[in-house]
Amino acid sequence: MKITMTVNGDSVTSEAEPRVLLVHFLRDVLGLTGTHWGCDTSNCGLCAVLMDGVPVKSCTVLAAMASGHEIRTVEGLATGGTLDPVQQGFMEEHGLQCGFCTPGMMLTARALLDKNPDPDEDTIREAISGQICRCTGYATIVRSIKWAAAHPAGSSQAETPAETPAEETAEVPA
Amino acid sequence: MQIPAAFEYARAESLDHALQLLAEHGEEARVIAGGHSLLPMMKLRLANPEWLIDINDLADLDYITEEGDTLRIGALTRHVSLLESDAVAGLFPLVRDAEKTIADPLVRNRGTIGGSLCQADPAEDLSTVCHVLRTELVIRGPNGERTVPMRELHRGPYETSVEQNEILTEIRWPIRPRSSSAYTKVERRVGDWATTAAGACLTMGDAGQIEDVVIGLTAVGLDGGTATRAEDAIRGQQPGEELYAEAGRLAAEDCNPVGDQRGTEAYKRHLADELTQRVLRKAVERVNSTTAARS
Repeated sequence: MKITMTVNGDSVTSEAEPRVLLVHFLRDVLGLTGTHWGCDTSNCGLCAVLMDGVPVKSCTVLAAMASGHEIRTVEGLATGGTLDPVQQGFMEEHGLQCGFCTPGMMLTARALLDKNPDPDEDTIREAISGQICRCTGYATIVRSIKWAAAHPAGSSQAETPAETPAEETAEVPA
Repeated sequence: MQIPAAFEYARAESLDHALQLLAEHGEEARVIAGGHSLLPMMKLRLANPEWLIDINDLADLDYITEEGDTLRIGALTRHVSLLESDAVAGLFPLVRDAEKTIADPLVRNRGTIGGSLCQADPAEDLSTVCHVLRTELVIRGPNGERTVPMRELHRGPYETSVEQNEILTEIRWPIRPRSSSAYTKVERRVGDWATTAAGACLTMGDAGQIEDVVIGLTAVGLDGGTATRAEDAIRGQQPGEELYAEAGRLAAEDCNPVGDQRGTEAYKRHLADELTQRVLRKAVERVNSTTAARS
């Protein structure tokens, strides 16, 4: 069947069997391998992507069901060469070790911050509770998301890894 | 790699269209909503439908509406909406109690109440919630609409009285004054299925007595979903620790847990007793605090 969806802002159309899962459509048909494929049983959350802005496990959504919807993957987090504050936060606070859970964690973080720009620690932990980090790096993941909340897009801190007082007071680019 | 067996897919544009597709494709056609029960079963080849009828576009089945003395919930309402609804939490606090423990946020973003009830998993939390709330269910078929009480929905594990050519469309929760409810669950880890869970809804009388009560237990093989002997023993009585203990004892006696990797039969029976007491205590506290707040 013909499947058309918007992925990271671009409309894509492809033929696929109805039984193809969204995670495989993204990885194998579109070549977007940033979405990781883990347990296959809707437990681990590695495959999380945003569907119409809402985090979902792409191993438990058919590509056919996502047809007509907007999908955002980790490849769509950075805009115009600038890392999303969440990505920057994972760098600043060492939010990844092996990196396998990272794309899903970052997308869930992005969805959380879009809904609640200043979440407390419990809210962050609840938001990522459907995803497993087998390096058990949860403390640094939570710190990374807090960093992103404290440095929203458009602030100079979000765009420059090295913070200096001068940069903190720099003009926000239009 | 878990991939479902091949099937055909159709997207319903309206409820009537969905019913028409079900009629057209016959015995091996299944409705898919959130897909978080059906797709895992299809991946394991425990379910092999030939047609999937996707009803996710039927936005008119996604609502929470208070109408007179009934809260009407559309079958396509997602877990996240039930969890976040203050209207639901105000009238039926056990729903939020239960939703907090169902799977995880990502699953709750997709899974629906209608799907949960139609899956008829004996360890599923919302089924107990619906038993406890004396739910009425609206089912639409080719010949119109019918309503069934919750006790008639499940014929057994994974089997419901929703016929192949029908769709569950609405869940109705009766609103009663001076009532409250609670749900509590013991699970091995966050988001797991219940080892055992209990729910209770009760109405207090003018003299401070328990005027009416329903007690439900999850995952312990309780016939009909409710602990009727425990209910009968405390109906009309003044609430208190001795009464809760008696209800817990009777509920534990009447369930039929099976020992498995989540716990032994004796442990589950112990939980049935203890959790019954906890939800009764909590529900009474909640009625009293809302009554106090109003007076």
